[in-house]
Amino acid sequence: MTVMNRREALKSVVLMMGGTMVGANVILTGCAPDKQIEGLDFSEEELAYMDEIGEAIIPTTDTPGAKAAGIGSFMAMMVKDTYTEEQQKSFINGLNSLKSSFKSETGKEFMDASVEERTAFLNQLNKAAMNQNSADEDEAKYILMIKDLTLLGYFTSEIGATQALRFVETPGRYDPCMEYKKGDKAWAI
Amino acid sequence: MANQSYDAIVVGSGISGGWAAKELTEKGMKVLLLERGPNVEHVKDYKNATKAPWEIPHRGRRTIEMLENHPNLRRDYVLNELNLDWWAHEDDSPYIEKKPFTWFRGYQVGGRSLLWGRQSYRWADIDFEANAKQGIAVDWPIRYKDLAPWYSYVEKFAGISGNRDGLDILPDGEFMPAIPLNCVEKDVADRLKNHFGGSRVMTNARVANITQPLPGRPGCQYRNKCSLGCPFGGYFSTQSSTLPAAEATGNLTLRPWSIVTRVLYDKDSKKATGVEVLDGETNETYEFDAKVVFLCASAFNSTAVLMRSATDIWPEGLGSSSGELGHNVMDHHFRLGANGTIEGYEDKYYFGRRPGGFYVPRYRNVGDESRDYVRGFGYQGGASRQGWSRTVAELDFGAPLKAELTEPGAWTIGMTAFGEILPYHDNTIKLSKTEKDKWGMYVLEMDAAIRDNEKKMRVDMMNDAAEMLEAAGVKDVSTYDRGYTFGQGIHEMGTARMGRDPKTSVLNGNNQVWDAKNVFVTDGAAMASAAAQNPSLTYMAMTARAANFAVEELKKGNL
Repeated sequence: MTVMNRREALKSVVLMMGGTMVGANVILTGCAPDKQIEGLDFSEEELAYMDEIGEAIIPTTDTPGAKAAGIGSFMAMMVKDTYTEEQQKSFINGLNSLKSSFKSETGKEFMDASVEERTAFLNQLNKAAMNQNSADEDEAKYILMIKDLTLLGYFTSEIGATQALRFVETPGRYDPCMEYKKGDKAWAI
Repeated sequence: MANQSYDAIVVGSGISGGWAAKELTEKGMKVLLLERGPNVEHVKDYKNATKAPWEIPHRGRRTIEMLENHPNLRRDYVLNELNLDWWAHEDDSPYIEKKPFTWFRGYQVGGRSLLWGRQSYRWADIDFEANAKQGIAVDWPIRYKDLAPWYSYVEKFAGISGNRDGLDILPDGEFMPAIPLNCVEKDVADRLKNHFGGSRVMTNARVANITQPLPGRPGCQYRNKCSLGCPFGGYFSTQSSTLPAAEATGNLTLRPWSIVTRVLYDKDSKKATGVEVLDGETNETYEFDAKVVFLCASAFNSTAVLMRSATDIWPEGLGSSSGELGHNVMDHHFRLGANGTIEGYEDKYYFGRRPGGFYVPRYRNVGDESRDYVRGFGYQGGASRQGWSRTVAELDFGAPLKAELTEPGAWTIGMTAFGEILPYHDNTIKLSKTEKDKWGMYVLEMDAAIRDNEKKMRVDMMNDAAEMLEAAGVKDVSTYDRGYTFGQGIHEMGTARMGRDPKTSVLNGNNQVWDAKNVFVTDGAAMASAAAQNPSLTYMAMTARAANFAVEELKKGNL
């Protein structure tokens, strides 16, 4: 699918779903290949949605999960600053597709479901993405993007680095060979 | 108004310039140290050095804005949101790529000494003798024995940690205790020793990170954030090491924002009288007088200064009478090697973040061996356990994925080869006749490429890495070649080579320009060949040696 085709497809989705779509405020602006979407921003509602997606991937267990680490805002910043226009579209398109497919397959709004239900649904998508052949790669891309940003944002956050992992700012020495027991946490950096 | 006069002017404040300033001031000379860019003050200006991962906005990822603004830096790992200020602004200082050329420049006080890889290896006899023995380019006018005492001298002051291995190919130096190999590297090194009977050696990287304190420098804290500037003086840089020493003499004047447009040359005395400086902030022009001038502006910029000097006598510039100024561009070609995973160490881990791993010194074309290429290559590498960014595609999202990634993963080990590039006369830089930079100076045009010798060497560079890893029991070994464009090694050398004959070289054996004996070039420009070792330590030794010579000659009234 070319960029313009995807744009057209996206436009029709946006028109169909009205203003509830992620990225609806900017998606109709002009085409600028290899650039970024101008004025892309995410609403509080959209950030909350992304928080819950991240939490479904890295949930609260004996340590806080991705939502506590502010994963929604992190994803939004990374998509705004580090993604190309094409990647931004895949991401936004993916968020919208997740929202609608979750509803149509479970009968529930994503935001009304339990963390377990969300995780289970995302796992299906992830498995499907892993099995995609290259022709379908494009459709699968967004789940890998979400996973990538969640892991990056979580494990480099203060919560992730200091609670899920072990963080030592200034080691002060190097021990080349220490004992490791299964269950010991990894160094954050 | 009378020009301001100094005993010596040093152009450039990076590794070589810092050393020149230190040596000359300590010998009682009044020195003007010129730096084309802004000042960077030790510790105070290391603004990102102690940031935690979560304080780094994009966590090390590149923004689209960074990519757009840095078409050159983006070609390699160096593009990093944490030290962008320490790389030359590409819009202000463009250059022309007649052939693809990646030029990474540090235009600030300290230059690339703030950013360097810190690997510090002596050259050996085989390196200084190779040109003569093989009839390639010109013979080096010096040998290892000429530089050996100066290697010792600079190593003691800079602080190099390393293992004494007793190898002819990689002479030992004045080392602080080495940063240890981890359990996997140690065993791999032992297995290689058994397998190759000592003909290939894996040893600790020798790095300019200090494992014992030096004056004003508490030492390496194993944070591995060197390129952000080290508040502990953990690694050698102009700021941590040579600049404070030079300043302590009371003989140093440091002048940032001073772009040297040319060396002022007096044709009657056949000597330089000083330099002309364009102030990078005000665009005003100044002249400074001195008895000697040290060009340490990094290889290509030192040569560019020469090309812009004495053009009324030599249209192609001071030193061009040899026909070699701007020729014989060299670098180290790399970005290929192998990696794999190793089993049996799941109960082992490490503490602290090392600033260096292991080194495999050159072994090809040593002794009686003769490959289908000349010279050789060395490897840098390391072993570590995978972190949270490893691929765990098979794991379910949710608690299982989180639990898995909070623990370290498999041990992996990898090595990258760094190979010698021969000095080819046709690999050149020259001043553009049309394109200018922000300050109205003609920019450099790069025209260099690797040839058959390097391409044949690359076959061994990649396959040998896999062979060694497999011999050491590493599993799932895969080779890689990410491709190389000239300059990516950030070891640019040549363009004002040393030699024995003014007809074929720009500098003599004391780094003096044949055509102006009080002008010294002691950075990478002086190199007559490239060897495979990282070159900075050799620049330090060469600079200290030349500075000592210059002062002796001045005392004798010869300059």
